[in-house]
Amino acid sequence: MNLKLKALTKSPWVFHICTGSCNNCDIEILDALTPRFDIERFGMVKVGSIRHADVLLVTGAVSRKAGPRLKRLYEQAPKPCFVVAIGSCALGQGIFKGSYNMPEPVDKYIPVDAYIPGCPPKPEAMIAGLVKLIEKLRGK
Amino acid sequence: MELLKSIGYFVIFPGFLFTAAVGLLASWIDRKVTARVHWRKGPPILQPLYDIVKLMGKETIVPQGSSRLTFLLSPLFGLSATIIVSTLLWRTIISPSTTFLGDLIVVLYLLTIPSLAVIMGGFASRNPLASLGASREMKLILAYELPFILVALIPVIKAGTIRMGEILSYQLNHGIVIGSLSGIIGFLVAILCMQAKLALVPFDMAEAETEIMGGTYIEYSGAPLAIYKLTRAMMLFVVPMFLICIYCGGIDFAHGWLHILLGVLKYVGLLVVIILIRNTAPRVRIDQAMKFFWGPMTGLAVLGIVLALLGI
Ligand code: SF4
Repeated sequence: MNLKLKALTKSPWVFHICTGSCNNCDIEILDALTPRFDIERFGMVKVGSIRHADVLLVTGAVSRKAGPRLKRLYEQAPKPCFVVAIGSCALGQGIFKGSYNMPEPVDKYIPVDAYIPGCPPKPEAMIAGLVKLIEKLRGK
Repeated sequence: MELLKSIGYFVIFPGFLFTAAVGLLASWIDRKVTARVHWRKGPPILQPLYDIVKLMGKETIVPQGSSRLTFLLSPLFGLSATIIVSTLLWRTIISPSTTFLGDLIVVLYLLTIPSLAVIMGGFASRNPLASLGASREMKLILAYELPFILVALIPVIKAGTIRMGEILSYQLNHGIVIGSLSGIIGFLVAILCMQAKLALVPFDMAEAETEIMGGTYIEYSGAPLAIYKLTRAMMLFVVPMFLICIYCGGIDFAHGWLHILLGVLKYVGLLVVIILIRNTAPRVRIDQAMKFFWGPMTGLAVLGIVLALLGI
């Protein structure tokens, strides 16, 4: 495994993308960023600009409007970058399945590296998912 | 031989490698103390280094329509200025007699360049938010530079010389500048100006993560961003060290380990003060910052100068 990826697993900076969720998953992500859970222990920091991002946290069932923008954001992120789908909506559209303006889930638009189920997933589940992603990258 | 020695000065000991190592350590202390203020555990000690290595390995994106050369060169511009300041400063601290006349002015000049580099990069990146950040940074420089230069004059008046080495040896013989009333006033103003110079809360409106999403850094990725981060970490070491030099007598290498330890403690203490200010103050608006620096801060600085001239 090369130094590049190794350093990345030590400091994955997360960027949050909401593609039309009910907003509950987003609130849980913000919960996961609070001092109580302290994800800075793993070197994770939330960044404001997509250009600084290493891990994209995608929530929501990708509405027609959000789809092309999601793709564009993924293209704007400097590679290597990884995508984590958070919540039932992002995984398989959840309660919005079959809705008139939600054509396809996240992984039909961009490649997804980790899925975190739940409606919404707890912060603990998110941290567990992110740690699994890191372990996958380290090749364990 | 002389040439090799100077290159060694710039690259290894007081220059790049040393400053980068201590700067990264300082930024770890910053993050750790912040974490402790939040009652959390905080990142491991090598975290700033991991960040830099990671950013070095990432793709560098140059936005379409930006000025490519300026965009990529401005981080280096800031970094080289920081290296030169650090070298000058440490040469002064280690052997106060080897400095040249007016090095204080050179240091003051060079300390502005990292901020100028940030402004250049922000404007070159062709992003409206970056331009907004850069214009704020520009106003901020105009605001804090006046009181900062005024308070840098107080030790000059006290020591009666503009050579940094002589200011240091004056403090060795006559007691440190901060031991007098004018010194205390000047040091307080200097700490707040330094907070703005380092772009830390409450004066971080140029990057304002929550508001303009990283501001001047918004379009930077990969290696240039790493260089910016490194420069900021190094500034976190260099600027407090400069203040300690002119106000608190620097680090005394001539009189044994106890004095060196005392010098290091002075630096760490000042660093913790910066971090506590950063963690307990909310961000102010740019107009409030300008009013603050041009009003009360300049007033206090002038008062300090008058007191220094009276010898108090
Ligand atoms: S998964 Fe549940 S909580 Fe999350 S966005 Fe969808 S409906 Fe809301």
